[in-house]
Amino acid sequence: MDRAATANRIAELIEPFNKKGIAIAEDTTFAGDLEWDSLTVMDFVAAIEDEFDIIITMNQQAEIETYGQLIDAVTKLQG
Amino acid sequence: MTDLFSKFDPLIEQRRALLAGGVEDPFNLVMERVLSPTVAVCNGRETILLGTYNYMGMTFDPDVILAGKQALDDFGSGTTGSRVLNGTYAGHRAVEDALKDFYGMEHAMVFSTGYQANLGIISTVAGKGDYIVLDIDSHASIWDGCKMGDAEVVPFKHNDIVAMEKRLKRIPEGAGKLVVLEGVYSMLGDIAPLKEMIAIAKENGAMVLVDEAHSMGFIGPNGRGVAEEQGVLDDVDFVIGTFSKSVGTVGGFCVSNHPKFEILRLVCRPYVFTASLPPSVVHTAATSIRKLMHAGNKRAHLWENSRTLHKGLRDRGFQLGTEEPQSAIISVIMPDLERGAGMWEALLHEGLYVNLARPPATPAGMTLLRCSLCAEHTAEQVQTIIGMFERAGKKAGII
Ligand SMILES: Cc1ncc(COP(=O)(O)O)c(C=O)c1O
Repeated sequence: MDRAATANRIAELIEPFNKKGIAIAEDTTFAGDLEWDSLTVMDFVAAIEDEFDIIITMNQQAEIETYGQLIDAVTKLQG
Repeated sequence: MTDLFSKFDPLIEQRRALLAGGVEDPFNLVMERVLSPTVAVCNGRETILLGTYNYMGMTFDPDVILAGKQALDDFGSGTTGSRVLNGTYAGHRAVEDALKDFYGMEHAMVFSTGYQANLGIISTVAGKGDYIVLDIDSHASIWDGCKMGDAEVVPFKHNDIVAMEKRLKRIPEGAGKLVVLEGVYSMLGDIAPLKEMIAIAKENGAMVLVDEAHSMGFIGPNGRGVAEEQGVLDDVDFVIGTFSKSVGTVGGFCVSNHPKFEILRLVCRPYVFTASLPPSVVHTAATSIRKLMHAGNKRAHLWENSRTLHKGLRDRGFQLGTEEPQSAIISVIMPDLERGAGMWEALLHEGLYVNLARPPATPAGMTLLRCSLCAEHTAEQVQTIIGMFERAGKKAGII
């Protein structure tokens, strides 16, 4: 899946987790802008992993702060 | 200058607000005197202990105490050295032999704490390029072991067999894999489906480490833990345990049948770069472990206590961590930290000590009153405890 298609799928997946209905852009941060706690992060990561059949290790998660970085990482992880 | 402590401000404020409400500090209690495994004096008040993890009540066992005193006389107060230099005494060998006999395994390695056992084994066994797959509710020492090593860390949802399997299957071909599980999870007192999980781990070519800190001595036909109870101990590569709970002193260990296990003594930094346990501790531990091999009656009584307390609290309307008692931990779920602290204090005034647990140590942001039973709690004490919970629960507005 290319970056645009990946971004579309992630946009759908994030919807139920974006409870406050915050407008999400490439530079939106998960901890800062979305104020997600660790449990929400875990459930969201699991949803992404299952959708794309990948694993995003804790080590990789530590590098992902923004929505755009997530799309980049998932695009790359699909190989 | 940036004050490096400013990151603690939210916690400092939370504590201030809690204590300003007038409640006693739940994290600053002093046991002034300890009368037995189940009774101490706190704030001048005789208090029943229900939050010590002293499951088998070995802390005042006469044989255990005698072994410790004798070791103090014979070997002195401390070893002043690492296990690999001058810090291995006869007692360290003796306690490792006791562990090998207790678990029926080839190798045993004793650390200064259980925390260090997890830190050392996990960080050493799983290195760069390897993958650790672990339950998200794992103990802090497991997480810290992951952080200290260089492996890729992949958590899965608590006790979720399918989530674990999916992640194992996605790990790149050829990478080393370590699955880390606990027998009993100490926050809610629930046990893991080790039989299914370990089978899946093995199918997928992973090594398995199980932390049995909260099961030793009373779960499984020989008290070897949940893996033994579920008939899969032979498939566990590393069992981690502690002396700070059922054994009744301090220290940690790993037992294993891995043929190359002994090399860990040279490469495991939390084993090498710290002083070994004092002689009195290893002699008390060895004596205690050998006695735990023949503790069938105590074990039965501990289970009775656990069932009675679970039923008593549930009948009185408390919300508990598990539907059925699965271990010697009964966890009472509080609506929030404030009311949890209020309830904790009300119990203390009744003369009962339990563990207050709160985020981030707890799953799902819960505030818990964790009760751990002891084989030395009498049936009467358990009834007294239930009465105390009922009165305190009404006073604190929980039931
Ligand atoms: C699951 C688990 N593992 C390890 C430990 C650490 O044991 P110790 O107290 O010996 O450091 C504990 C207890 O604190 C624990 O609950």
